[in-house]
Amino acid sequence: MSDPVIETHGLTKRYGDTVAVDGLELSVGQAEVFGLLGPNGSGKTTTILMLLGLTEPTAGSVRVLGLDPARQPLSVKARVGYMPDEVGFYDDLSARLNLAYIARLNGLSGQTAQSRISEALERVGLSSVSDHRVGTFSRGMRQRLAVAEVLIKQPRLIILDEPTQGLDPEGAREFLDIVRSLKEQGITVLLSSHLLPQVQAVCDRVGLFRRGRMVLCGTVPELARRVLGGAYRIDLLADGLGDDFAATLGQVPGVVAVTPQDATHYTVSAADDVRADVARAVVEAGGRLWRLDSETASLDDIYVHYFQEVGHVESA
Amino acid sequence: MSNPPETVRFRTREGSPWTGLWAVVAKEMADHLTSTRMRILEVLIVLTAVGTVYAAMQSLQQTVAQDPFLLLKLFTTAREPLPAFVGMLGFLVPLIAIALAFDSINGEFNRRTMSRILAQPIYRDALLLGKFLAGLFTLALVMTAIWLLIIGLGIVGMGLPPSGEEVARSLWFLLVTVFYGGIWLALGMVFSIAFRQPATAALAAIAVWIFLTAFWSILAGLIAPTLAPIQMGLPQEYLAQAEMQLTLARLSPSTLYAESMLALMNPNTRALGLVLPSQLYGAVLGTPLPLSQSLLLIWPQLTGLIAATILLFALGYVLFQRQEIRA
Repeated sequence: MSDPVIETHGLTKRYGDTVAVDGLELSVGQAEVFGLLGPNGSGKTTTILMLLGLTEPTAGSVRVLGLDPARQPLSVKARVGYMPDEVGFYDDLSARLNLAYIARLNGLSGQTAQSRISEALERVGLSSVSDHRVGTFSRGMRQRLAVAEVLIKQPRLIILDEPTQGLDPEGAREFLDIVRSLKEQGITVLLSSHLLPQVQAVCDRVGLFRRGRMVLCGTVPELARRVLGGAYRIDLLADGLGDDFAATLGQVPGVVAVTPQDATHYTVSAADDVRADVARAVVEAGGRLWRLDSETASLDDIYVHYFQEVGHVESA
Repeated sequence: MSNPPETVRFRTREGSPWTGLWAVVAKEMADHLTSTRMRILEVLIVLTAVGTVYAAMQSLQQTVAQDPFLLLKLFTTAREPLPAFVGMLGFLVPLIAIALAFDSINGEFNRRTMSRILAQPIYRDALLLGKFLAGLFTLALVMTAIWLLIIGLGIVGMGLPPSGEEVARSLWFLLVTVFYGGIWLALGMVFSIAFRQPATAALAAIAVWIFLTAFWSILAGLIAPTLAPIQMGLPQEYLAQAEMQLTLARLSPSTLYAESMLALMNPNTRALGLVLPSQLYGAVLGTPLPLSQSLLLIWPQLTGLIAATILLFALGYVLFQRQEIRA
């Protein structure tokens, strides 16, 4: 496996007495889409700023593309595209001129800059309005312009902080399509967001932040197994079953937990899609099967479940 | 895993701090020159120049005598109720400089462009100095245009070709004026870093400007007697008090600028401040000094202006480097 694109060890940032990021261990590989999740103020943005060298870590080490952002900020920033959570542009300038400024700051000029700007605007679908003032742009257009800006420097790593915040569903979907196409190009993407279904839709792995610590990290099914006990949730509706059917169901291989909702309705957590076995169990027990649905556990469930659990532990 | 070479493990920064400086300068200057704010100021200063110079020409035509420095008189002759152009500049230049600088840094924060710009491969140094230089160049551009306008008006209106000495002196006038603007530009930037609200920064800068320009000389007259009191009524005491008052007044850039202008634009000026009769022994009064001697005379004022600019810029630099980027 090639060197990780992002690697941190014991990364810590303190602001006075408050610890914003506490001993972060993170490793993100080439062409991976990694999602940072967590409540506001849990240290996601601080982590991102440290990765870019915009804030100095208090302790620990960071390597981005094999470089140290605190010592080699120019090399890092030339290779990493960053889209902050609140993007602003010079409203009086056209989209093209806004990008031209960024291109010049990256040392691009003349023909190269122009062709890259046109290419980037084309990519995000803003070619037709490239000479309009940015002041007239909608939120979604600004967000896409920010992506175009990131693309100009042809980065190997793109960091997006809350990129879909405030976008309408259509805008968010288009945005996620762009993220997927970046991955296909071999670009690594680090994405922070509150919108869990979107994170689940594009991210290979996610890391859950809580009070400056990354408390969970892995693929969504992995997290589901760890937090919910199973990656699949099976919804069963059947009648004519005995009271001990829940126990019978628990014997089915792969089933982790059975939660009877009422006499005829069960929710089953399982490590695999065990619908066929559940159906057989129902029939063998002499019951009548009305409905059998399976869904992969959503990030939403994991998130809510995890924070409820730590909430219980803390209040106890 | 690839380790970086040993050299970069030291606390040295990679690359030049001025990477991207000229991109910032070009962008900021383009912004200044196309902004409505600058157009208003340009109209104001052109009207001032034409008005004062026209008034000066009128009065010069009536009282014309054998004067080898008629062109310089255009800048310095006042005719009631208008003050001379140089006097007006003492007010206008700070106004323009503050207007150019008061929202330079906090404006980027408020537009949410700061984090985007600093995520580009440049250091903060380049952004700050780029903004300062862009302001200074804009000021220089405007002042040069005005300077050409006045010289042109002089040639057309009075039919006199300027002499080499006059052009040299007025070029120095231009240079000193731009440096004078530099102080207020740096001051405006310091406040734009210190205050998040552009309106607060503008008010603070204007307050300092009004204080130093209008009230400081009055205050210097009030403070001097306490610092250098006259107890015995000796001439030395009067002298010490007057010198103290002058020293205090010179803490204000407007005093330094006014003195520089006096020596530069009026070649007959032989000394700034107090002169004892004994010091004038052997001097031929009423004869103009050569340019080099006038420059020698204002050298302390000139270095004072530049030093104040550098100090203010350094203060802004330190403040800006310590600022957190997240809004």
